[in-house]
Amino acid sequence: MSVAAISTSGDGIGGPTRHRLADFARTLRKNGFKVGLAETADALAILAAPLARRPSTLKPALRSLFCATHSDWQRFDEIFDAFWQGRGVHQARTLAGTVFENRAPVRHLKDMGWRVGTPGLLDHVERGHDDGGNAGDGRGKREGASRFENLASVDLRHIVEPADIAQAHALAARLSRVMRARLVRRERVRRRGRRLDLRHTIHRNVSHGGTLVDLAWRRRKIRPLRLVFLLDASGSMNLYTAFFVRFLHGVVDAFRESEAFVFHTRLAHVSASLRDRDVARAVDKLSLMAQGIGGGTKIGESLATFNRWHARRVLNSRSAVMIVSDGYDTGSPEQLGEEMRRLRRRCRRIIWLNPLLGWNNYSPQARGMRAALPYIDLFAPAHNLESLAALEPYLARI
Amino acid sequence: MTLNRDDISDRLAAVGYIADRDIATALWLMDFLKRPLLLEGEAGVGKTEVAKALAAVHGAELIRLQCYEGLDQNAALYEWNYQRQLLAIKTREGTGENAEAIEEHIFSERYLLERPLLTAIRREKPPVLLVDEVDRADEEFEAFLLELLSDFQVSIPELGTVKAISIPRVVLTSNGTRELSDALRRRCLYHYVDFPEVDREAKIIVTRTPGIDTALALQIARMVANVRKEDLRKVPGVAESLDWAATLAGLDLHDMRQEPEVVHETMLCLLKTREDRSRLTREVTERLLGKVA
Repeated sequence: MSVAAISTSGDGIGGPTRHRLADFARTLRKNGFKVGLAETADALAILAAPLARRPSTLKPALRSLFCATHSDWQRFDEIFDAFWQGRGVHQARTLAGTVFENRAPVRHLKDMGWRVGTPGLLDHVERGHDDGGNAGDGRGKREGASRFENLASVDLRHIVEPADIAQAHALAARLSRVMRARLVRRERVRRRGRRLDLRHTIHRNVSHGGTLVDLAWRRRKIRPLRLVFLLDASGSMNLYTAFFVRFLHGVVDAFRESEAFVFHTRLAHVSASLRDRDVARAVDKLSLMAQGIGGGTKIGESLATFNRWHARRVLNSRSAVMIVSDGYDTGSPEQLGEEMRRLRRRCRRIIWLNPLLGWNNYSPQARGMRAALPYIDLFAPAHNLESLAALEPYLARI
Repeated sequence: MTLNRDDISDRLAAVGYIADRDIATALWLMDFLKRPLLLEGEAGVGKTEVAKALAAVHGAELIRLQCYEGLDQNAALYEWNYQRQLLAIKTREGTGENAEAIEEHIFSERYLLERPLLTAIRREKPPVLLVDEVDRADEEFEAFLLELLSDFQVSIPELGTVKAISIPRVVLTSNGTRELSDALRRRCLYHYVDFPEVDREAKIIVTRTPGIDTALALQIARMVANVRKEDLRKVPGVAESLDWAATLAGLDLHDMRQEPEVVHETMLCLLKTREDRSRLTREVTERLLGKVA
């Protein structure tokens, strides 16, 4: 390849090809690829290179250029073939939702009355558990804000009014952000270190004639906890899923080190969708993936997938795994127990949030739940927002 | 010197690197678009080898920066030679020089220790810079690296800005222990290195193991491919299969099926944890051997 070809990059390419390429870039973007102008310009340069006209080179070249992650890498060929070999853009587009092939008419969370930004709610949550978080019994104690505080303690199942749902969603988002702020602040106070920083020490002491009077120390940074969520989105969790999705969005967006997975009969990695800045769109995308197909929950199998394919990347010794599920498993309890045992060894804490635990006379009788219990560090209720808020002190201690 | 893709394939073969088809394209693109290349893949698939082969192809020097948690600019870019600085300060004590003059003196090139990143941009001939396991370094370092990779200049507060004399070819590798930032990913070309297919692994074994016969190499490659499908904690990489091949060749074995005992015993070359070892029982070995034929 000669340098001349680079300088004339894209000049030798006709309008139709340019449009086609722009279309292709757009298709990729729709499929979640991070393709910017720089990449498209480089792609033009590749197309202009005589060598790259051979299809055997063009595909790998564009793949190297446009892909940024392993999942991009895995999907690229399919999208490329669909686009350039005439099967059309439409085919490629549906790839975005490969997680669910035979989906029923989709119900969007947006339609459930969720609105962007409901200002002025933050204080209520914060105060609610600043006072020691007398969880579950905050009903109408304080004047003025009682309505919102009520919401925080009402079982999520019982929130049916669209306006209330919207407020509960906003509360969940706020709550997650408050939690983040606290954990991070604590992290900063803790920074302390003992190593001498020679560079700064010498620099500082030149004026003392090189005698080391004023010592500079180096501080070690304590890295924050990594949170990994596994959210059960099966039919039995239906009434709670929407709220947890909101909560997850807040947390995954806020903690830089966090990952989220959703499972029903299969496991889907959803962190990428959750990191979308546009809250409505993120929640929307996720609600699509979270739609269970029916046919039960395979917790054990989903955990197995997680252990086999994701755990190595996602977990480290500073990780807390948070499983949100009611524990109704249609798979075998033995498998669930075994996978929980493996998971236990890979992370620091396993927290199991079970919405049913908030019900009055619930005890974990489901066989799956019982098989999992020995490996759980914290088994906590998660039926209302206060119970979520109550987790924060625990997380801060880990 | 810009090579085209076929030249690169040929030269890769010449330096003993058995490449998959697409890696040559990626290496060509690196030169063509002047972008760094990010290699991802499981541990042991030969990511580092790619950088070594690239250096050999271009006859360039390989400069390696191994990343680790807590890696900072001092260790990656430059450091001052403190001992000499202290010595210089002491010897000048009596001469009555003022502090500023001393400072100017001890913060000059003579007292500067180059670390890999600085070395890489100060070479006359563009070297290959391998930033190994970039995911082990922390986010701050990643951000700094990104800046270096786009400007190819660094500023040393005491000295001023150092511009690159030549632009190195940069290869980054990641094992995926931490998610890399989107900015870094976008800056780079991407190539996912997978475990080699059976045929390619057999070729690698033949090239790297002196005196092994092709049939055995193929058997080993098939066997390892099957072992990788088992549910293991540490999946054996190419280095492990090479070890194993060397062992079997050293034991003068020619057909695996003849000696299942030896095969089972020597599998400890592949399995590096006790748990994996106990998972691959004699029965499992025999089952896998059955598939090798």
